[in-house]
Amino acid sequence: MKLHNEYSGGKLAHTIVGAAAAMLVSGVAHADPVTVVSWGGSYGEAQDKALFTDASKNSGIEIIRESGASMSKACLQVQSGAVTWDLVVTGSGGAASAAAEGCLEKIDYSVVDVSDFYPNLYTDYCVGADVFATVMAWNTEKYGEPGTEGAPSTWADFFDVEKFPGTRAYRANNVDGALEPALMADGVPPEQVYEVLSTREGKERAIAKIRELKPHIAVFWESGAMQAQLMKDAEVDMTTGWNGRFDNAKKDGAAVGYTFNQAMLDYDCFAMPKGAPNKDMAMKFLAEVSKPEYQANLPFHITYGPTNKKAYEVTTAPKELIEALPSHPNNVPLMLPINLDWYAEHRAEALELYMELLSE
Amino acid sequence: MNRPDAAEGGNRDRNAGMLRAQERREEWGLLSLAAPALLVIVLVILIPVGWLFYLSFIGGDGQFSLEHYRKMVEYKSYARTFATTFEVSILTTGICILLGYPLAYFLALLPPRWAGIFMLAVLLPFWTSLLVRTYAWLVLLQRKGMLNEFAIHIGLWDSPVKLVHNMTGTLIGMAHIMLPFLVLPLYSAMKKIDRDMMHAAANLGASPATAFRQVYLPLSLSGMVAGSLIVFILCLGFYVTPAVLGGGRVIMVSTQITAILENQFDWGAASALGVVLLVATLLVLYIAARFFKFDAALFGKG
Repeated sequence: MKLHNEYSGGKLAHTIVGAAAAMLVSGVAHADPVTVVSWGGSYGEAQDKALFTDASKNSGIEIIRESGASMSKACLQVQSGAVTWDLVVTGSGGAASAAAEGCLEKIDYSVVDVSDFYPNLYTDYCVGADVFATVMAWNTEKYGEPGTEGAPSTWADFFDVEKFPGTRAYRANNVDGALEPALMADGVPPEQVYEVLSTREGKERAIAKIRELKPHIAVFWESGAMQAQLMKDAEVDMTTGWNGRFDNAKKDGAAVGYTFNQAMLDYDCFAMPKGAPNKDMAMKFLAEVSKPEYQANLPFHITYGPTNKKAYEVTTAPKELIEALPSHPNNVPLMLPINLDWYAEHRAEALELYMELLSE
Repeated sequence: MNRPDAAEGGNRDRNAGMLRAQERREEWGLLSLAAPALLVIVLVILIPVGWLFYLSFIGGDGQFSLEHYRKMVEYKSYARTFATTFEVSILTTGICILLGYPLAYFLALLPPRWAGIFMLAVLLPFWTSLLVRTYAWLVLLQRKGMLNEFAIHIGLWDSPVKLVHNMTGTLIGMAHIMLPFLVLPLYSAMKKIDRDMMHAAANLGASPATAFRQVYLPLSLSGMVAGSLIVFILCLGFYVTPAVLGGGRVIMVSTQITAILENQFDWGAASALGVVLLVATLLVLYIAARFFKFDAALFGKG
């Protein structure tokens, strides 16, 4: 669901060397390294520290770690018959679309143990890596600290510019997580949101609600980095975005708060491009990183939650940190889980309608 | 008396033939010099563009289909995106001409040493990353940016003025980035203008304004057309600056192509947008060329 565009020359060189190395050793059948592709920046670093390094050491599976994960690139590899990636990090929606395009390998659940996973955090084609929430965040100097009297708490508040006068930011050029808040603000109960959105009228109802707010939307954000920057610079008073980014912005001194209430529970996951060169080994590595003992370390490096329930039992992270994670059992019931079936079927049409609204 | 003439005629014919052969050899020689460049163009431009053109006619089921083009008619966002793209490009080119012409004129008038120093000021932004320059404008122009804070401090305006995350911010950033592309060809065209022409015009009774309009301006026009074309065409495909400074409100074709690729992996739909942009661009250039009579600059005709 997230658009991470973080490339670096060093990583590219790494990629090329890695690919060349993979080609050189491909004649040897036994231990080809598994190519794991994630995003750059703090997200990839967190995964390296919490998951990849230790999992590789403990399982003895050698990995080549690359950056610049993108489902569109993975699909291009599949379609051109030159697959070099084994495991790719992706947003859940991206995985759903890629699976629908026939770009992904089915996950072998006899190898990957998901018995302790939250049921919505894995599909036939991808295994949840971490849980994040698309929340509404606001300038606490303007609207008060979360949970205090008079602070915003629902999407209706987000869309109410009379009760909460000020500017807003909303998602640009991507419909993921953009229509649900509008319907909730328009009075649709969270559990009916996707049902309503399954009709053209429902989508248009959501679009109409956003159209009402549009004069007050000062900026449309393109990335997580931009969400954080907008709040740090007080460029807008309220925005939608990913909870981890606002925690980071707050650490940097921004007056920003957010609520999990009515937020959209979503996850990043590992997917395997169809025809991955080291399918079997990669599946074993995926099984390893999905174990609770690795996921338990994730919160130390990024405020995204584990997808494996057991990780909460074995983690040594302090209580406040654990309770602040989107997948904490206290927070989950507040939120609307993203419905991937809806995205697989309706994403293209919803995006057209949303782009039409944005271009008005 | 006839014989020497005939011999001479034979010589002439032979000479002419040899000259022609030599000319052909030279042409082939020159062509072979250009061959690596031509090969690169074929490999990295013609073949990929041809492939995209082909893809744009392939539907989701892998068969020939016009669905991508039909969608462009069905949803108004596409037409609007094209309108925005051309609007941004035309306005940016216009702003660059307004700012760049006097600047280039000024540079052309300066003694070489000073011109060099001022030229450095024009070129300096070239050596800074595009992204850095764009974000610098964001820092300057945003709600709590330097410009707004300063203007409010000295009492120019009371509440922050919206200078960025809209068309205004986009045009400011684009014009800044594109200016050197206009100034450089214009400056070189102006340097080639013989100053004596202006003196001659004055001698013949033209006022400075008339001399400028009738002599200088037409002579500098080739540089201006070349510069404007470069700016205009670069603007059409611009991505970073409108994305950062437009605040999601200035949606260019490049933005939409990215959105389609990142969200739907639909190479056909993205290619169709590219094809339409290419065709529209060629069409606009052709019409402009006929209208402004700069065919020579564009298509190399006399």
